[in-house]
Amino acid sequence: MKGYHDIGGEAAGEIPKHEHDMLLWEKRVEAMLLLLSQKGVMRVDENRRGLESVGAEIYHGAGYAQRRIQSISTNLIGKGLISIEELAAKVADIDRRTDILP
Amino acid sequence: MSAGHLEPGDSVAVLDVDVPGHIRTPFYVRGKRGVIEREVGRFRNPEELAYGRSGEPKRMLYRVRFAQAEVWPDYEGPDVDTIDVDIYEHWLRKV
Amino acid sequence: MHIGHDHPHAHGEAHAGPGHEGGDPHAPPGDHDDTLDYYRKLEIAVRELLIEKNVLSADEIRRTVESYDSRTPEGGARVVARAWVDPEFKALLLKDATAACESLGFDMNVFDVKLTVVENTPSEHNVIVCTLCSCYPRMLLGMPPAWYKSRAYRSRLVREPRAVLREFGTVLPDDVSVRVHDSTADLRYIVLPMRPEGSEHLSEAQLAQLVSRDSMVGVTTIPPVAP
Repeated sequence: MKGYHDIGGEAAGEIPKHEHDMLLWEKRVEAMLLLLSQKGVMRVDENRRGLESVGAEIYHGAGYAQRRIQSISTNLIGKGLISIEELAAKVADIDRRTDILP
Repeated sequence: MSAGHLEPGDSVAVLDVDVPGHIRTPFYVRGKRGVIEREVGRFRNPEELAYGRSGEPKRMLYRVRFAQAEVWPDYEGPDVDTIDVDIYEHWLRKV
Repeated sequence: MHIGHDHPHAHGEAHAGPGHEGGDPHAPPGDHDDTLDYYRKLEIAVRELLIEKNVLSADEIRRTVESYDSRTPEGGARVVARAWVDPEFKALLLKDATAACESLGFDMNVFDVKLTVVENTPSEHNVIVCTLCSCYPRMLLGMPPAWYKSRAYRSRLVREPRAVLREFGTVLPDDVSVRVHDSTADLRYIVLPMRPEGSEHLSEAQLAQLVSRDSMVGVTTIPPVAP
């Protein structure tokens, strides 16, 4: 079955030409990817495979950095480097931190 | 399934098989015929690296040149147009 | 090593308003949204956990971001300009692009990939894509533009390159072969554009100013220099 990422030759519309200066959080996603790969924790190939597993909805519906952080997260969980429990606790903590800000 | 040693100028066909996994041979060249443009070098197999394995032994990577007219039945452009794709040895057979 | 919450940045991003961090009004929705969405929270959470677990440090993340910021198409333009004026450098560039760029002071070891230069000639025009993801010669050009990563570019360039080039304002006659390169493996490609007509009198630095990112991806050519 052709992966939803394997799109060479598919019909598509006009190419969007707007420039998009990467936001800091997006650059951090790239930085984490590079560092994890350099340290042998998570190779680029593993991350690509993760991207090919996030599902077509996220892959084609969410943005570039969005799908990459999704892939990184599931990969790290799969490797046992972070647990879902830890991640959930951290996200809840972030929610609390941002709630108290005006 | 390895093609054996291929030389620049050799005619090759990309395997026309459909299997799951992390594969870097795009669907649009599966089963298409092209020519070895150059031997790129040996690299660890990304299909294995994708699962955290070593990817060893390294596989030979070839740059394969295809005529666009061969790849797309409805290609709109002159016959001199080409597309180069970097393909691993085990996805190629000599023809 | 910094351990713990990266509070100033987390707060800063939580407060990000329109225009903060260079938000682009024409970009996909969410870029200048004040609230942290699922993905932005995930980035913070993953980063903080990796720091707490000593997998990464805040410092090296910051330095890597800065290093990315320092890689821009101007780097590639310097290489192109040098190749135009120095035939020996150009020969090395075409044979071993990594060694050639290192000789100009570029750190080419950061990414585990090999840079390859393809040369435009009067009879051949090269253009680059990665249909399977968005591989791009970052070590020389920095981050890829949004259009390069777009679904439309990745899908269409391989199949109708001349139509795509027309969208970028580039029209090539039928006796010039258009050569598409799909970077599916560990090679990263950049195009060495042709030196424009009328540029004979320009200095190397002036030549570098003529070389756009888009010409090094291959979607444009460099126009003749006005007299």
